[in-house]
Amino acid sequence: MLRHFGRRYGASPLHLVAHLIVFAIALFAIDRMASGGGLAEVIALYVGFVIAHDLVFLPAYSGMDRLVRAALAKLPARPPGSVPAINHVRAPALISGLLLMVYLPFISGKADASYFALSGHHIQGYLRNWLLISAGLFLGSGLIYAVRVRRAATTR
Amino acid sequence: MPAQFRSGRASGPFRTDFWRSPLRGPWLTSFLGTLLVPSITVIAITGFISHWAYHPELPGNATINPAFDIPVFFQLPQSWPSWDYAVTQGMHVTVGLMTLPLVLAKLWSVIPKLFKLPTVRDLAGVVERISLLLLVGSVLVEFVTGILWMEDYYRLRVDFFAIHYYGAWVFGTTFVLHTCMKLPTVRRSYRERGALRPLCESLHETKPEPLGSSELVPVAPATATLSRRGLLAMVGGASLTIFAVQAGESIGGPFRKFALLAPRGRVFGTGPNDFQVTHTAESAQVTEAMTGADWRLTVVGARTMSFSRDQLLAMAQATETLTISCTEGWSTTQHWTGVRLIDLARSVDAAPGSILSAVSVESNWVTNLADAQYRDKRALLALRVNGADLSLDHGYPARVIIPGGIGNHNAKWVRELRFEQA
Repeated sequence: MLRHFGRRYGASPLHLVAHLIVFAIALFAIDRMASGGGLAEVIALYVGFVIAHDLVFLPAYSGMDRLVRAALAKLPARPPGSVPAINHVRAPALISGLLLMVYLPFISGKADASYFALSGHHIQGYLRNWLLISAGLFLGSGLIYAVRVRRAATTR
Repeated sequence: MPAQFRSGRASGPFRTDFWRSPLRGPWLTSFLGTLLVPSITVIAITGFISHWAYHPELPGNATINPAFDIPVFFQLPQSWPSWDYAVTQGMHVTVGLMTLPLVLAKLWSVIPKLFKLPTVRDLAGVVERISLLLLVGSVLVEFVTGILWMEDYYRLRVDFFAIHYYGAWVFGTTFVLHTCMKLPTVRRSYRERGALRPLCESLHETKPEPLGSSELVPVAPATATLSRRGLLAMVGGASLTIFAVQAGESIGGPFRKFALLAPRGRVFGTGPNDFQVTHTAESAQVTEAMTGADWRLTVVGARTMSFSRDQLLAMAQATETLTISCTEGWSTTQHWTGVRLIDLARSVDAAPGSILSAVSVESNWVTNLADAQYRDKRALLALRVNGADLSLDHGYPARVIIPGGIGNHNAKWVRELRFEQA
């Protein structure tokens, strides 16, 4: 009978039981989240963020990565075995982009009204700080690249 | 099977040769998942500590209706240093933010699975897809709501505490289930590839994992432009950068000014009242008229007494160095001077075991404190800070300062202290 179940269901009964327990807890939790009214918003957030990440955000950064690689490939060909430049663009761009995403309400100044109401101060210097940090990351990455290129040239 | 679902005819991301990164494979996903386990554990434990630090067992304090909540399991002991919650909540926010790059890398490593055909083979496949929707949906919702709350920029209609707390239930249970289900895959890939050996490979040594070991391995891999350890170094570099621009607002002192992007990473001056304000008097609609010469503090216990600010200043004063820590993750440590709460309790013969309701002139806002909290001899009704009178934004004429725990209990602009039996 168990084998019959496995063939029909596609996994062991334990698989089904474990998932049903988790679904019961999740249903309860989602119901409680929406207890003040707002089930539609909760469902929209859960589904919307998955769609936004999987179908917009991930393709967008993959596409940007492809563009940078294509641009670097157009540069004059360098001897095989030389130090690739791509990761010296990727690393600072990734970190800078992540900081922008996390602190966007402050870097863009959008949170100014709520921040002023609570802290008594206006948002100041966040855009400048982000630009300085980003410039520092690209500069540091460029310096490491220059050192690696020189070292590769002297050892060859 | 309909023609469009036959993999040979599939198009775009549904084609098996669409995903080309040679890094993707069971080892990489296992390793990223393994790193997530301790991070998520720290975030979950500190999150529950924060949830219980509100003292939800006292009337009016709970952020979640206790009838639909699990019982309080652990509360920060009153005997712990006053920066206990600064550490736990600072970790909740900082480790949380530092885990974001890891989560994004983990999701990147498994994206081909979203597009594999046929989408579902059987009922078990449907069940797994639903659980993955809950897992990924909840982790993204937890991050977005947490970040917006930390930035005082929460704009959703759903109550923050409800969506963030119950979202943690959804994420926690689906994460545990997912980890258990993937344990055999993780063990197999560590056994076959070595848990750490792929980290020794340089860029030219970086080859795809054996085809067929998992659907994650590309059938038409591109040449590697990044080693696996290079990818992990980028993820780690991103986490460390976030730590550098964030942690100073929780550690405070000289480190605050290094928190270049943290919402409460600013230093506004060197005056006694120039430290961070949770919410200003103006935003609380507290005016000078409500807190001026007519202000009196009513203390209710076995009898009721009323004090002017001068009368409070004439009582025995104590100075304590205590930390205020906000749920948003930032903290500030200052030298507070005022009357010990236990002295005020004694002055009205408060019954042992009473809870203390601190009522603010701010729309009669009330916070309730447990017996152990106000009996701590460091707990004050502060009148002065760093040798000067409290500023209006910091709670003039008088505010509660409780050592340790959540900053939310330190009621500002207090007009009444009621010691009542629960």
